[in-house]
Amino acid sequence: MSFDVDLELTLGDQRIAIAFASDAKLAALVGPSGAGKTSVLNAISGLLKPSSGRVAVAGNMLFDSAAKLDVPPDQRRAGYVFQDARLFPHRRVSANLAYGEKLARPAEVWITRGEVCDLLEIGALLDRWPATLSGGETRRVAIARALLAAPKFLLLDEPLSSLDPARAERLAALIERIRDELAIPILLVSHSASEVERLADQVVTMPSPSERPIDS
Amino acid sequence: MLSGAEWAVIALSLRVSLVAMLVTLPPAYALAWLIARRRFPGRMLLDAAIHLPLVLPPVVTGWLLLIVLGRNGPVGGWLESNFGITLVFNWLGAAVAAAVMALPLMVRAMRLSIEAVDRRLVGAARTLGATPLKAFLTITLPLSLPGIAAGAMLGFARSLGEFGATITFAANIEGQTRTLPLAIYTGLQVPGSESAVTRLAVISIVLSLGALLASEWLVRRSQGSRAHVL
Repeated sequence: MSFDVDLELTLGDQRIAIAFASDAKLAALVGPSGAGKTSVLNAISGLLKPSSGRVAVAGNMLFDSAAKLDVPPDQRRAGYVFQDARLFPHRRVSANLAYGEKLARPAEVWITRGEVCDLLEIGALLDRWPATLSGGETRRVAIARALLAAPKFLLLDEPLSSLDPARAERLAALIERIRDELAIPILLVSHSASEVERLADQVVTMPSPSERPIDS
Repeated sequence: MLSGAEWAVIALSLRVSLVAMLVTLPPAYALAWLIARRRFPGRMLLDAAIHLPLVLPPVVTGWLLLIVLGRNGPVGGWLESNFGITLVFNWLGAAVAAAVMALPLMVRAMRLSIEAVDRRLVGAARTLGATPLKAFLTITLPLSLPGIAAGAMLGFARSLGEFGATITFAANIEGQTRTLPLAIYTGLQVPGSESAVTRLAVISIVLSLGALLASEWLVRRSQGSRAHVL
Protein backbone atom coordinates (compact mmCIF):
# COMPACT_ATOMS: atom_id res chain seq x y z
CA MET A 1 0.00 0.00 0.00
CA SER A 2 1.42 3.41 -0.80
CA PHE A 3 -1.13 5.27 1.32
CA ASP A 4 -3.26 3.65 4.00
CA VAL A 5 -5.19 6.30 5.86
CA ASP A 6 -8.10 6.06 8.25
CA LEU A 7 -8.43 9.07 10.48
CA GLU A 8 -10.64 11.54 12.19
CA LEU A 9 -9.74 15.22 12.50
CA THR A 10 -11.35 17.83 14.69
CA LEU A 11 -11.02 21.38 13.39
CA GLY A 12 -12.90 23.86 15.53
CA ASP A 13 -16.44 22.52 15.50
CA GLN A 14 -15.95 20.58 12.27
CA ARG A 15 -15.22 16.90 12.21
CA ILE A 16 -13.56 15.29 9.24
CA ALA A 17 -13.46 11.54 8.90
CA ILE A 18 -11.65 10.03 5.94
CA ALA A 19 -10.51 6.54 5.07
CA PHE A 20 -8.75 5.45 1.93
CA ALA A 21 -6.15 2.98 0.79
CA SER A 22 -4.25 3.44 -2.40
CA ASP A 23 -1.63 1.56 -4.32
CA ALA A 24 -1.48 4.09 -7.11
CA LYS A 25 1.73 5.90 -7.99
CA LEU A 26 -0.19 9.12 -7.82
CA ALA A 27 -3.45 9.41 -5.92
CA ALA A 28 -5.53 12.57 -6.00
CA LEU A 29 -7.56 13.90 -3.10
CA VAL A 30 -10.47 15.93 -4.41
CA GLY A 31 -13.42 17.75 -2.92
CA PRO A 32 -14.92 21.21 -2.50
CA SER A 33 -12.84 23.88 -0.83
CA GLY A 34 -13.29 23.84 2.91
CA ALA A 35 -13.68 20.07 2.94
CA GLY A 36 -10.33 19.70 4.75
CA LYS A 37 -8.04 18.42 1.99
CA THR A 38 -5.04 20.39 3.24
CA SER A 39 -5.79 19.27 6.79
CA VAL A 40 -5.50 15.66 5.64
CA LEU A 41 -2.07 16.42 4.12
CA ASN A 42 -1.08 18.14 7.36
CA ALA A 43 -2.16 15.07 9.31
CA ILE A 44 -0.19 12.74 7.03
CA SER A 45 2.93 14.92 7.32
CA GLY A 46 2.59 15.07 11.10
CA LEU A 47 1.93 18.82 11.36
CA LEU A 48 -1.61 18.22 12.60
CA LYS A 49 -2.51 15.57 15.11
CA PRO A 50 -5.66 13.58 14.28
CA SER A 51 -8.09 12.94 17.12
CA SER A 52 -7.98 9.26 16.26
CA GLY A 53 -7.12 6.78 13.57
CA ARG A 54 -4.00 5.63 11.80
CA VAL A 55 -1.75 6.67 8.95
CA ALA A 56 0.64 4.39 7.11
CA VAL A 57 2.62 5.38 4.04
CA ALA A 58 4.78 3.10 1.92
CA GLY A 59 4.52 0.39 4.55
CA ASN A 60 5.61 2.60 7.45
CA MET A 61 3.17 3.23 10.26
CA LEU A 62 3.35 6.97 11.03
CA PHE A 63 0.40 7.43 13.33
CA ASP A 64 -1.74 4.99 15.25
CA SER A 65 -3.88 6.34 18.06
CA ALA A 66 -4.66 2.83 19.33
CA ALA A 67 -0.94 2.07 19.73
CA LYS A 68 -0.18 5.64 20.88
CA LEU A 69 2.22 5.98 17.97
CA ASP A 70 2.85 9.48 16.62
CA VAL A 71 6.05 9.79 14.58
CA PRO A 72 7.25 13.44 14.70
CA PRO A 73 7.20 15.33 11.37
CA ASP A 74 10.99 15.42 11.06
CA GLN A 75 11.12 11.62 11.08
CA ARG A 76 8.18 11.03 8.72
CA ARG A 77 10.18 12.02 5.66
CA ALA A 78 7.29 13.63 3.81
CA GLY A 79 8.19 15.69 0.77
CA TYR A 80 5.48 18.26 1.42
CA VAL A 81 5.02 20.94 -1.23
CA PHE A 82 2.77 23.51 0.39
CA GLN A 83 0.25 25.49 -1.60
CA ASP A 84 1.95 28.67 -0.33
CA ALA A 85 5.44 27.17 -0.98
CA ARG A 86 6.80 28.42 2.36
CA LEU A 87 10.31 29.11 1.13
CA PHE A 88 12.48 30.52 3.93
CA PRO A 89 12.65 34.26 3.21
CA HIS A 90 16.01 34.77 4.92
CA ARG A 91 17.83 32.16 2.82
CA ARG A 92 18.73 32.29 -0.84
CA VAL A 93 17.32 29.60 -3.13
CA SER A 94 20.50 27.49 -2.81
CA ALA A 95 20.31 27.68 1.01
CA ASN A 96 16.62 26.76 0.88
CA LEU A 97 17.55 23.67 -1.15
CA ALA A 98 20.40 22.87 1.25
CA TYR A 99 18.10 22.95 4.28
CA GLY A 100 16.56 19.50 3.87
CA GLU A 101 19.51 18.22 1.84
CA LYS A 102 21.83 18.60 4.84
CA LEU A 103 19.35 16.97 7.23
CA ALA A 104 18.81 13.90 5.02
CA ARG A 105 20.73 10.73 5.77
CA PRO A 106 23.28 10.26 2.96
CA ALA A 107 22.31 6.61 2.52
CA GLU A 108 18.70 7.57 1.84
CA VAL A 109 19.34 10.29 -0.74
CA TRP A 110 18.00 9.21 -4.11
CA ILE A 111 18.39 12.35 -6.17
CA THR A 112 21.27 14.81 -6.43
CA ARG A 113 21.13 18.58 -6.53
CA GLY A 114 22.30 18.57 -10.15
CA GLU A 115 19.51 16.20 -11.17
CA VAL A 116 16.90 18.23 -9.32
CA CYS A 117 18.11 21.47 -10.90
CA ASP A 118 17.92 19.90 -14.36
CA LEU A 119 14.54 18.32 -13.73
CA LEU A 120 12.99 21.53 -12.44
CA GLU A 121 15.08 23.99 -14.47
CA ILE A 122 16.09 26.07 -11.49
CA GLY A 123 19.87 26.13 -11.99
CA ALA A 124 19.77 29.85 -12.82
CA LEU A 125 17.81 30.72 -9.68
CA LEU A 126 20.23 29.47 -7.04
CA ASP A 127 21.60 32.88 -6.02
CA ARG A 128 18.20 34.59 -5.90
CA TRP A 129 16.21 35.50 -2.79
CA PRO A 130 12.73 33.88 -2.55
CA ALA A 131 11.05 37.30 -2.58
CA THR A 132 12.37 37.92 -6.10
CA LEU A 133 10.94 34.72 -7.64
CA SER A 134 7.79 34.51 -9.77
CA GLY A 135 4.93 32.22 -8.73
CA GLY A 136 6.04 29.41 -11.03
CA GLU A 137 9.68 29.70 -9.96
CA THR A 138 8.67 29.65 -6.29
CA ARG A 139 6.62 26.50 -6.86
CA ARG A 140 9.50 24.76 -8.67
CA VAL A 141 11.99 25.66 -5.93
CA ALA A 142 9.56 24.36 -3.31
CA ILE A 143 9.30 21.04 -5.16
CA ALA A 144 13.10 20.89 -5.52
CA ARG A 145 13.58 21.58 -1.82
CA ALA A 146 11.16 18.78 -0.93
CA LEU A 147 12.84 16.28 -3.29
CA LEU A 148 16.33 17.03 -1.92
CA ALA A 149 15.27 16.15 1.63
CA ALA A 150 15.22 12.50 0.47
CA PRO A 151 11.48 12.05 1.10
CA LYS A 152 9.82 8.65 1.16
CA PHE A 153 6.60 10.10 -0.28
CA LEU A 154 5.34 13.36 -1.78
CA LEU A 155 2.41 15.50 -0.71
CA LEU A 156 1.50 18.11 -3.35
CA ASP A 157 -1.05 20.74 -2.34
CA GLU A 158 -2.62 22.40 -5.41
CA PRO A 159 0.72 22.49 -7.24
CA LEU A 160 -0.74 24.02 -10.42
CA SER A 161 -3.15 26.56 -8.96
CA SER A 162 -2.68 30.25 -9.70
CA LEU A 163 -0.20 29.59 -12.51
CA ASP A 164 -0.74 30.79 -16.06
CA PRO A 165 -1.71 27.98 -18.50
CA ALA A 166 1.74 27.66 -20.09
CA ARG A 167 3.51 27.33 -16.76
CA ALA A 168 0.83 25.00 -15.40
CA GLU A 169 1.33 22.79 -18.44
CA ARG A 170 5.10 22.64 -17.90
CA LEU A 171 4.70 21.86 -14.23
CA ALA A 172 2.09 19.17 -14.97
CA ALA A 173 4.51 17.53 -17.42
CA LEU A 174 7.13 17.68 -14.69
CA ILE A 175 4.87 16.01 -12.13
CA GLU A 176 4.23 13.29 -14.71
CA ARG A 177 7.96 12.77 -15.03
CA ILE A 178 8.40 12.60 -11.26
CA ARG A 179 5.49 10.14 -11.11
CA ASP A 180 6.89 7.91 -13.87
CA GLU A 181 10.62 8.17 -13.22
CA LEU A 182 10.89 8.38 -9.45
CA ALA A 183 9.54 5.46 -7.50
CA ILE A 184 7.88 7.25 -4.57
CA PRO A 185 4.17 7.48 -3.82
CA ILE A 186 2.53 10.85 -4.44
CA LEU A 187 -0.65 12.29 -2.94
CA LEU A 188 -1.99 15.28 -4.83
CA VAL A 189 -4.63 17.70 -3.62
CA SER A 190 -6.50 19.46 -6.38
CA HIS A 191 -9.85 20.93 -7.28
CA SER A 192 -9.20 20.86 -11.02
CA ALA A 193 -10.90 17.94 -12.73
CA SER A 194 -8.64 18.07 -15.81
CA GLU A 195 -5.51 18.13 -13.67
CA VAL A 196 -6.69 15.12 -11.70
CA GLU A 197 -7.71 13.21 -14.80
CA ARG A 198 -4.34 13.80 -16.38
CA LEU A 199 -2.10 13.00 -13.41
CA ALA A 200 -3.86 10.63 -11.04
CA ASP A 201 -4.14 6.85 -11.16
CA GLN A 202 -6.67 6.91 -8.38
CA VAL A 203 -9.11 9.51 -7.09
CA VAL A 204 -10.21 9.85 -3.48
CA THR A 205 -13.14 12.12 -2.78
CA MET A 206 -13.32 14.00 0.50
CA PRO A 207 -16.48 13.23 2.45
CA SER A 208 -18.40 16.33 3.45
CA PRO A 209 -17.47 17.43 6.97
CA SER A 210 -19.98 16.96 9.74
CA GLU A 211 -20.78 19.21 12.65
CA ARG A 212 -19.28 17.91 15.81
CA PRO A 213 -21.99 16.69 18.14
CA ILE A 214 -22.32 19.03 21.09
CA ASP A 215 -20.92 17.44 24.21
CA SER A 216 -23.67 16.95 26.73
CA MET B 1 35.36 69.81 29.68
CA LEU B 2 34.22 67.01 31.91
CA SER B 3 35.63 66.42 35.37
CA GLY B 4 37.03 63.07 36.43
CA ALA B 5 34.02 62.50 38.64
CA GLU B 6 31.70 63.08 35.68
CA TRP B 7 33.60 60.62 33.52
CA ALA B 8 33.30 58.11 36.37
CA VAL B 9 29.52 58.63 36.42
CA ILE B 10 29.33 58.00 32.67
CA ALA B 11 31.51 54.88 32.88
CA LEU B 12 29.42 53.53 35.75
CA SER B 13 26.17 54.23 33.89
CA LEU B 14 27.41 52.45 30.77
CA ARG B 15 28.65 49.49 32.77
CA VAL B 16 25.41 49.15 34.75
CA SER B 17 23.23 49.48 31.63
CA LEU B 18 25.32 47.14 29.49
CA VAL B 19 25.44 44.44 32.16
CA ALA B 20 21.72 44.81 32.87
CA MET B 21 20.88 44.54 29.17
CA LEU B 22 23.18 41.59 28.42
CA VAL B 23 22.10 39.59 31.47
CA THR B 24 18.41 40.20 30.73
CA LEU B 25 18.64 39.34 27.03
CA PRO B 26 18.49 35.51 27.23
CA PRO B 27 15.73 35.23 29.87
CA ALA B 28 13.74 37.99 28.16
CA TYR B 29 13.88 36.12 24.85
CA ALA B 30 12.93 32.85 26.54
CA LEU B 31 9.94 34.51 28.22
CA ALA B 32 8.95 36.23 24.97
CA TRP B 33 9.04 32.91 23.13
CA LEU B 34 7.07 31.17 25.88
CA ILE B 35 4.30 33.78 25.79
CA ALA B 36 4.28 34.06 22.00
CA ARG B 37 4.34 30.36 21.18
CA ARG B 38 3.05 28.28 24.07
CA ARG B 39 -0.37 27.96 25.63
CA PHE B 40 -0.20 26.91 29.25
CA PRO B 41 -2.15 27.58 32.42
CA GLY B 42 -0.88 30.72 34.12
CA ARG B 43 0.32 32.27 30.85
CA MET B 44 -1.75 35.41 31.38
CA LEU B 45 -0.48 35.66 34.95
CA LEU B 46 3.14 35.33 33.80
CA ASP B 47 2.57 37.99 31.15
CA ALA B 48 1.05 40.31 33.75
CA ALA B 49 3.88 39.67 36.22
CA ILE B 50 6.49 40.53 33.56
CA HIS B 51 4.68 43.78 32.83
CA LEU B 52 4.34 44.73 36.48
CA PRO B 53 7.52 46.89 36.65
CA LEU B 54 6.14 48.90 33.72
CA VAL B 55 3.02 49.98 35.60
CA LEU B 56 4.14 49.92 39.24
CA PRO B 57 5.69 53.07 40.71
CA PRO B 58 9.45 52.37 40.36
CA VAL B 59 9.84 53.06 44.08
CA VAL B 60 7.57 50.12 44.80
CA THR B 61 9.62 47.88 42.50
CA GLY B 62 12.77 49.03 44.34
CA TRP B 63 11.15 48.34 47.68
CA LEU B 64 10.10 44.83 46.54
CA LEU B 65 13.67 44.18 45.40
CA LEU B 66 14.90 45.31 48.77
CA ILE B 67 12.57 42.87 50.50
CA VAL B 68 13.52 39.92 48.30
CA LEU B 69 17.18 40.64 47.52
CA GLY B 70 18.19 42.74 50.54
CA ARG B 71 20.58 41.29 53.12
CA ASN B 72 17.69 40.02 55.21
CA GLY B 73 15.62 38.96 52.25
CA PRO B 74 15.15 35.28 51.36
CA VAL B 75 17.20 35.42 48.13
CA GLY B 76 19.59 38.17 49.24
CA GLY B 77 20.45 36.36 52.47
CA TRP B 78 21.04 33.14 50.59
CA LEU B 79 23.31 34.87 48.06
CA GLU B 80 25.33 36.48 50.83
CA SER B 81 25.79 33.39 53.00
CA ASN B 82 26.56 31.04 50.10
CA PHE B 83 28.45 33.20 47.63
CA GLY B 84 29.35 36.31 49.61
CA ILE B 85 27.46 38.46 47.10
CA THR B 86 25.58 41.51 48.31
CA LEU B 87 23.49 43.50 45.88
CA VAL B 88 22.42 46.43 48.04
CA PHE B 89 24.54 49.58 47.92
CA ASN B 90 26.82 48.53 45.03
CA TRP B 91 26.82 48.66 41.24
CA LEU B 92 25.53 45.08 40.91
CA GLY B 93 22.41 46.16 42.76
CA ALA B 94 21.99 49.08 40.38
CA ALA B 95 22.29 46.63 37.46
CA VAL B 96 19.68 44.32 39.00
CA ALA B 97 17.25 47.22 39.46
CA ALA B 98 17.85 48.36 35.87
CA ALA B 99 17.42 44.80 34.56
CA VAL B 100 14.07 44.32 36.30
CA MET B 101 12.82 47.65 34.96
CA ALA B 102 14.08 46.86 31.44
CA LEU B 103 12.64 43.34 31.30
CA PRO B 104 9.05 44.23 30.28
CA LEU B 105 10.16 46.44 27.40
CA MET B 106 12.59 43.81 26.13
CA VAL B 107 10.04 40.98 26.37
CA ARG B 108 7.47 43.11 24.56
CA ALA B 109 9.70 43.93 21.60
CA MET B 110 10.92 40.36 21.24
CA ARG B 111 7.48 38.84 21.65
CA LEU B 112 6.11 40.95 18.81
CA SER B 113 8.91 39.89 16.50
CA ILE B 114 8.52 36.21 17.41
CA GLU B 115 4.77 36.43 16.77
CA ALA B 116 5.56 37.99 13.40
CA VAL B 117 7.55 34.88 12.36
CA ASP B 118 5.23 32.73 10.24
CA ARG B 119 4.66 29.49 12.13
CA ARG B 120 4.03 27.75 8.84
CA LEU B 121 7.72 28.22 8.05
CA VAL B 122 8.54 26.28 11.20
CA GLY B 123 6.16 23.53 10.02
CA ALA B 124 7.93 23.47 6.65
CA ALA B 125 11.30 23.11 8.41
CA ARG B 126 9.92 20.20 10.45
CA THR B 127 8.77 18.30 7.34
CA LEU B 128 12.25 18.84 5.86
CA GLY B 129 13.74 16.93 8.78
CA ALA B 130 14.44 19.61 11.40
CA THR B 131 13.89 18.81 15.07
CA PRO B 132 11.97 21.46 17.05
CA LEU B 133 15.28 22.86 18.36
CA LYS B 134 16.87 22.95 14.92
CA ALA B 135 13.80 24.65 13.46
CA PHE B 136 13.94 27.24 16.24
CA LEU B 137 17.64 27.95 15.71
CA THR B 138 17.41 28.18 11.92
CA ILE B 139 14.00 29.81 11.41
CA THR B 140 12.48 31.52 14.46
CA LEU B 141 15.70 32.91 15.93
CA PRO B 142 17.19 34.51 12.79
CA LEU B 143 13.82 35.86 11.64
CA SER B 144 13.19 37.50 15.03
CA LEU B 145 16.64 39.13 15.07
CA PRO B 146 15.28 42.66 14.44
CA GLY B 147 13.12 42.27 17.55
CA ILE B 148 16.11 41.12 19.56
CA ALA B 149 18.06 44.21 18.47
CA ALA B 150 15.12 46.49 19.19
CA GLY B 151 14.57 44.85 22.58
CA ALA B 152 18.24 45.14 23.49
CA MET B 153 18.26 48.83 22.59
CA LEU B 154 15.09 49.54 24.53
CA GLY B 155 16.48 47.65 27.51
CA PHE B 156 19.76 49.53 27.35
CA ALA B 157 18.07 52.92 27.04
CA ARG B 158 15.64 52.09 29.85
CA SER B 159 18.56 51.02 32.05
CA LEU B 160 20.41 54.27 31.34
CA GLY B 161 17.39 56.23 32.52
CA GLU B 162 16.53 54.07 35.53
CA PHE B 163 16.06 56.16 38.67
CA GLY B 164 13.33 55.20 41.13
CA ALA B 165 14.02 51.52 41.66
CA THR B 166 17.78 52.11 41.70
CA ILE B 167 17.74 54.82 44.36
CA THR B 168 15.35 52.76 46.50
CA PHE B 169 17.11 49.44 46.18
CA ALA B 170 20.79 50.28 45.56
CA ALA B 171 20.82 53.80 47.08
CA ASN B 172 22.71 56.84 45.80
CA ILE B 173 26.38 56.16 46.52
CA GLU B 174 29.03 58.01 44.56
CA GLY B 175 31.18 55.67 42.49
CA GLN B 176 28.95 52.70 43.32
CA THR B 177 25.34 53.33 42.37
CA ARG B 178 25.26 57.00 41.33
CA THR B 179 24.41 56.61 37.67
CA LEU B 180 23.62 59.53 35.35
CA PRO B 181 20.03 60.19 36.49
CA LEU B 182 21.05 59.92 40.14
CA ALA B 183 23.99 62.25 39.59
CA ILE B 184 21.72 64.78 37.89
CA TYR B 185 19.25 64.50 40.76
CA THR B 186 22.07 64.97 43.27
CA GLY B 187 23.37 67.98 41.32
CA LEU B 188 19.96 69.59 41.46
CA GLN B 189 20.06 69.44 45.28
CA VAL B 190 23.35 71.38 45.39
CA PRO B 191 23.20 75.14 44.65
CA GLY B 192 25.63 76.31 41.98
CA SER B 193 25.99 73.04 40.07
CA GLU B 194 23.72 74.03 37.18
CA SER B 195 26.49 73.71 34.58
CA ALA B 196 27.41 70.21 35.78
CA VAL B 197 23.72 69.20 35.58
CA THR B 198 23.52 70.58 32.06
CA ARG B 199 26.60 68.64 30.96
CA LEU B 200 25.26 65.38 32.39
CA ALA B 201 21.84 65.96 30.85
CA VAL B 202 23.39 66.55 27.41
CA ILE B 203 25.41 63.36 27.80
CA SER B 204 22.22 61.46 28.69
CA ILE B 205 20.60 62.69 25.50
CA VAL B 206 23.65 61.79 23.40
CA LEU B 207 23.88 58.27 24.86
CA SER B 208 20.16 57.55 24.43
CA LEU B 209 20.23 58.85 20.87
CA GLY B 210 23.31 56.76 20.21
CA ALA B 211 21.55 53.63 21.47
CA LEU B 212 18.56 54.34 19.22
CA LEU B 213 20.72 54.89 16.13
CA ALA B 214 22.86 51.83 16.88
CA SER B 215 19.84 49.55 17.09
CA GLU B 216 18.37 51.03 13.93
CA TRP B 217 21.68 50.33 12.20
CA LEU B 218 21.73 46.76 13.57
CA VAL B 219 18.22 46.08 12.32
CA ARG B 220 19.05 47.46 8.90
CA ARG B 221 22.24 45.44 8.72
CA SER B 222 20.51 42.19 9.71
CA GLN B 223 18.04 42.69 6.86
CA GLY B 224 20.50 44.52 4.65
CA SER B 225 21.65 41.67 2.46
CA ARG B 226 18.06 40.89 1.55
CA ALA B 227 16.92 44.48 1.27
CA HIS B 228 19.80 45.08 -1.10
CA VAL B 229 18.56 42.79 -3.84
CA LEU B 230 14.91 43.71 -3.50
